[in-house]
Amino acid sequence: MIKFKNVQELIALANEKEVAIYDVVMQYEAETSQLQVDKIIDTMKQNWKVMRESVESGIRNQDKSASGLVGGDAKRMHDYLTDNDKSYAGSMPLKVAAYALAVSEVNAVMGRIVACPTAGSCGILPAAVLAGAQQKKCDEAMIINALFTASGIGMVIAQNASIAGAEGGCQAECGSAAGMAAAALVELAGGTPEQVGQAVALALKNLLGLVCDPVAGLVEVPCVKRNGFAAVHAVMAADMALAGIKSVIPVDEVIDAMYKIGLALPKSLRETSEEGLANTPTARSIEKNLYSKDK
Amino acid sequence: MRGVFDIIGPIMIGPSSSHTAGAVRIGLMARKILGEEPVQATIELYGSFAQTYKGHGTDKAIIAGIMGFATDDERIKDALSIAVSKGLEYQINTTDLGDAHPNTAVIYLIGEAGRMTKVVGASIGGGNIRITNIDEYDVELTGQYHTLISIHNDRPGVITKVTSVLAKYKINVAFMRVSRKSRGAEALMIIEVDEPIPDDVLEETKQVHGVTNSFRIPPI
Repeated sequence: MIKFKNVQELIALANEKEVAIYDVVMQYEAETSQLQVDKIIDTMKQNWKVMRESVESGIRNQDKSASGLVGGDAKRMHDYLTDNDKSYAGSMPLKVAAYALAVSEVNAVMGRIVACPTAGSCGILPAAVLAGAQQKKCDEAMIINALFTASGIGMVIAQNASIAGAEGGCQAECGSAAGMAAAALVELAGGTPEQVGQAVALALKNLLGLVCDPVAGLVEVPCVKRNGFAAVHAVMAADMALAGIKSVIPVDEVIDAMYKIGLALPKSLRETSEEGLANTPTARSIEKNLYSKDK
Repeated sequence: MRGVFDIIGPIMIGPSSSHTAGAVRIGLMARKILGEEPVQATIELYGSFAQTYKGHGTDKAIIAGIMGFATDDERIKDALSIAVSKGLEYQINTTDLGDAHPNTAVIYLIGEAGRMTKVVGASIGGGNIRITNIDEYDVELTGQYHTLISIHNDRPGVITKVTSVLAKYKINVAFMRVSRKSRGAEALMIIEVDEPIPDDVLEETKQVHGVTNSFRIPPI
């Protein structure tokens, strides 16, 4: 029976069996769910299909959310990308940001998405994986493998810290998603299990302490644009790890720090919309207009 | 540890697993409990549901569930207009339920054959739900298991007879809860089991002396 309780053990299992992290994760899932590996791969393919569709419809989206606060920015970013001579960042980061905004906007306008790990952070992983796979010319099998590596990382974070904004703040949602996305990108590039672990540590570390303070309690502001930023952030973490840069603090200690920071965050900054951006004059006025409408 | 598809998944309609996907599931459970096509629905929203339902589409999600839509059905967005065209009359109100879970909905349904039910459910995070009250009986129901609900006279022996029917057909009980309004009156039993409940098993539980009605709810 395959068991791992942290990222280090996941890496050790992969090294011991001379396989990739995704092989260990698939095996674990097959054993615990008592399903064939083929069946599990098919389910992941279904998820990937929806992820890809949400990017494709999102970059064309011109609908506004029910509140009117978001919608159309993914298209704006994607249009700007096609004229990327103007940009500072260049095509890859712009594309990743556009894709992540796209999926998050689809979520906000009540379209179909895959929670990964949550709906609020659903843009980061698909954006990084799709843009990464396009850049590296990866086929679907490689993409599916990378998604299993990402979910193995997410499983450990969920177990040892949290993936819920109400428990751990946004670091638990967009932070975890960025760690998962960085892991997937290293996998797509053919990195080692150690490099996967480094990428997760680097991505998570730089998003520690991020609070969850959504305006008017909606998964829109700052969530949609933050998905865009966090996806680019994941690309940077993956590149750092692939360049051979190491996190001084080991990945499992970073995850533990994230858990403790989550506990230390006041409830007012954990998805209650009491403080932070949610308590700015503009946010309160948006909220007032929104909830007094046609009542 | 959670599984791979708890992390990447589920496929759902946004924007919120608790305020949209969970709300669909509460609506679906109410529909299953009613057991026939609903023609009239009154929904009361409490707490965060009441405050943010317009922005999260919680009203659309519950109505979609009542119409039998799954959590990944793209028609959820248009559920209110679909309800009108299907002839499902609905009303959405907000309410104060005191110390109930902040994402609670009370759903009153009337079916095409006239059956009425009242279901109270809470969305407890990540799309998971808990049905807390059915027709004034306190219950605890997650919608994750095949469930048998029986209404019976509160007297010794009835519960054993119902569970021995399940045992006879090798259906394993996962969770069980009995609730009554007062001693010796009508009681309600909820049994969550690991296997599907076939028609003949359901019929046999109805034949148990003291049972006035029983019905089943598949996982949603």
